[in-house]
Amino acid sequence: MSFFKNEEELGLNLNTRTTLVNHIVYGIAFAMILVSAYLIFIYSNIEKTMGAVQKIFYVHVGTAWNALLAFGVVFVCSILYLATKKRIYDVYATVAAEIGVVFIIIVMLTGPIWARSAWNVWWSWEPKLTSALILFFIYIAYTMIRFMDGSWDKKARLCAVFGIIGFIDVPIVYFASEWWGSKFHPTVVGQEGGGLEGNMVFALVFTVFAFSFFLTALIHKGVRIEKARIELQHMKDKIAEKIGR
Amino acid sequence: MSILRNALTIAGKDLRAERKSKQVLPTMLVFAVLVIVVFSFAFDPDKESTKALIPGLIWIVSIFSAILGLNRSFISELKNDNIQGMIIAPVNSISIFLGKFFANFVMILIVQAIAIPMLFLLFDYQFNGSLPWLLLTIFTGTFGFVGIGSFLSAIASNSGISEMLLPLLLFPIATPALIGIVSATKIILRHPDQIEKAYGWLQLVGGYDIIFFGICIVLFDYILEV
Amino acid sequence: MIKIQKLVKKMGNKMILRNLDLEVKNGETIAVLGPNGAGKSTLLKVIATLYKPTSGKVMIHGIDLNENLNKIREKTGYLPHASLLYEHFSPLENLEFFGKLYGVKDLEKRSKELIKQVGLAFFMNEPVKGFSRGMIQRVAIARAIIHNPLLLLLDEPHTGLDQKAVGILNDVVETNKQKGMTTLMVTHDFKQAATLCDRAIIIQRGIVSDDFPIEVRTEEWLLNKYNEKVGGEN
Repeated sequence: MSFFKNEEELGLNLNTRTTLVNHIVYGIAFAMILVSAYLIFIYSNIEKTMGAVQKIFYVHVGTAWNALLAFGVVFVCSILYLATKKRIYDVYATVAAEIGVVFIIIVMLTGPIWARSAWNVWWSWEPKLTSALILFFIYIAYTMIRFMDGSWDKKARLCAVFGIIGFIDVPIVYFASEWWGSKFHPTVVGQEGGGLEGNMVFALVFTVFAFSFFLTALIHKGVRIEKARIELQHMKDKIAEKIGR
Repeated sequence: MSILRNALTIAGKDLRAERKSKQVLPTMLVFAVLVIVVFSFAFDPDKESTKALIPGLIWIVSIFSAILGLNRSFISELKNDNIQGMIIAPVNSISIFLGKFFANFVMILIVQAIAIPMLFLLFDYQFNGSLPWLLLTIFTGTFGFVGIGSFLSAIASNSGISEMLLPLLLFPIATPALIGIVSATKIILRHPDQIEKAYGWLQLVGGYDIIFFGICIVLFDYILEV
Repeated sequence: MIKIQKLVKKMGNKMILRNLDLEVKNGETIAVLGPNGAGKSTLLKVIATLYKPTSGKVMIHGIDLNENLNKIREKTGYLPHASLLYEHFSPLENLEFFGKLYGVKDLEKRSKELIKQVGLAFFMNEPVKGFSRGMIQRVAIARAIIHNPLLLLLDEPHTGLDQKAVGILNDVVETNKQKGMTTLMVTHDFKQAATLCDRAIIIQRGIVSDDFPIEVRTEEWLLNKYNEKVGGEN
């Protein structure tokens, strides 16, 4: 079992059985998403000017924050990977980036729908939107590096480097576009389309947290799948070594 | 000190190779002029409103031709595994990055020195702003995206489709620098009376330059490692 | 000179070197033999500081690989498959560029001397682009020893060379051997290995499987010894 032992040295525990922790994480995430659906659709008030369309706002903000959180995970895992060269961090970064891209795509889809009813335009070069768009492109680029040919350690290294640079870029992009928007654009946009009522704020905050748990569950699941894939590859390699040559 | 000396040796090598092969720089120049020509077809140069496009045009021309040069920067080292020759030499990897950066920077400044006056000429643009400010802006902006561009070109060179990958990596990361530098150029060319605003933008771009140049230097070792 | 303990190198999922141990004394000339894919080139690349070991301890010139890479690099010359030369440059320009990186003194004199030594004085200022494989390999060996290294690593240096180029290459190795240079040569050319080297190691599946002095300097003797060990596996 020399391969497996060595994988452990690289910090990758290939045990992929479902444990109690898995069930708890999935359970909480599932329950919270259900509750937040209740809060969004039944509990919170319908916004006066926009009507029911406004409810997409909760999903929009929930995914936006958690996309950022996912890329934060990529950033931290990238640093840890470069520092320790343990494969597990690369696995986490891979999975978190994939889910982050899905989340940011949801953000980019829900954003214009909300903007259309709030601001009467599909798109506005507002700082948050601009940054989200650039964030989207940065992690598309990150994914392109993942799709490179070559061994996993090379890709892990290059992705880690780009993951660090990309994440540091995000606040600077936000700052630059905010400045740019304020100086050269007429303010078409009122802030957030009016204030939120108390129960709406609660629904919003709860949804953000629900999505955080959902993100955690997805990362957890993704890492298990990725580990299983690696283990399968090892088995194939071992068989190839036995019968091949 | 030896880091800088080796960097200059490597940059000198690149520029000398370019002087001998005459492949990259002429291509960049012709491409830059072609972009200008295409733009003059797309936007009527006689119209007064077209003048508003010139600040953006300067940077579109610069960046697109820079991408051509940056693409070759590390690819050219792969033919005979030349990059390995530099790695196994007693040279700090920072020198390799700096050397590549210097060479790219010089080549792109040459392209700009020819293409930007030509742009003014073809669009019949009378420049009466402050020339030192314009030069400073061009220098700061070019420094920023050539720095991160050289770095990302090293990442992209690991891919089979590096020519297609590099723009995808570079544009989003360089966004803050691009926003800042186009805004600054716009002020210098169109509103010379508000020069202090351009100064603000230059500070932003300068900050970007310092942060990302620093990150590139810290992380470059990891790109070369095998 | 070289002391390697439990060297492991993994590339992606593949484990190429598996707990390899090796010791090399000053001034030895060693042939590194073994079937394809056994890890010979990888071992050389680790010693050349091109590859980072996954684990294990590597001491070269008495310096730990993790300690001061550039100190090791200053005293090591490496000639891989690829020439590492710039095609648009002449031999002289190539040598001067690499010599500068190594901080060689009297660089121009040293470069010209080396070019004469490898018999390319007439082509000193011609771009390498038009050279034949033999000529390129001669410039490449000059590049590898531009800084008078104490340790020379050669990766299949004789492949694709004509008789004249082989002779010149062997001369260079021989002269430097007299000066006390340690040489490690990965090769499939048993004739050259038998003439040049004093010791042979065989690498199989990422470890040193045999290590013996070359007692009889003939191709047949070495080949027999090799087949005994490696047998059908090739």
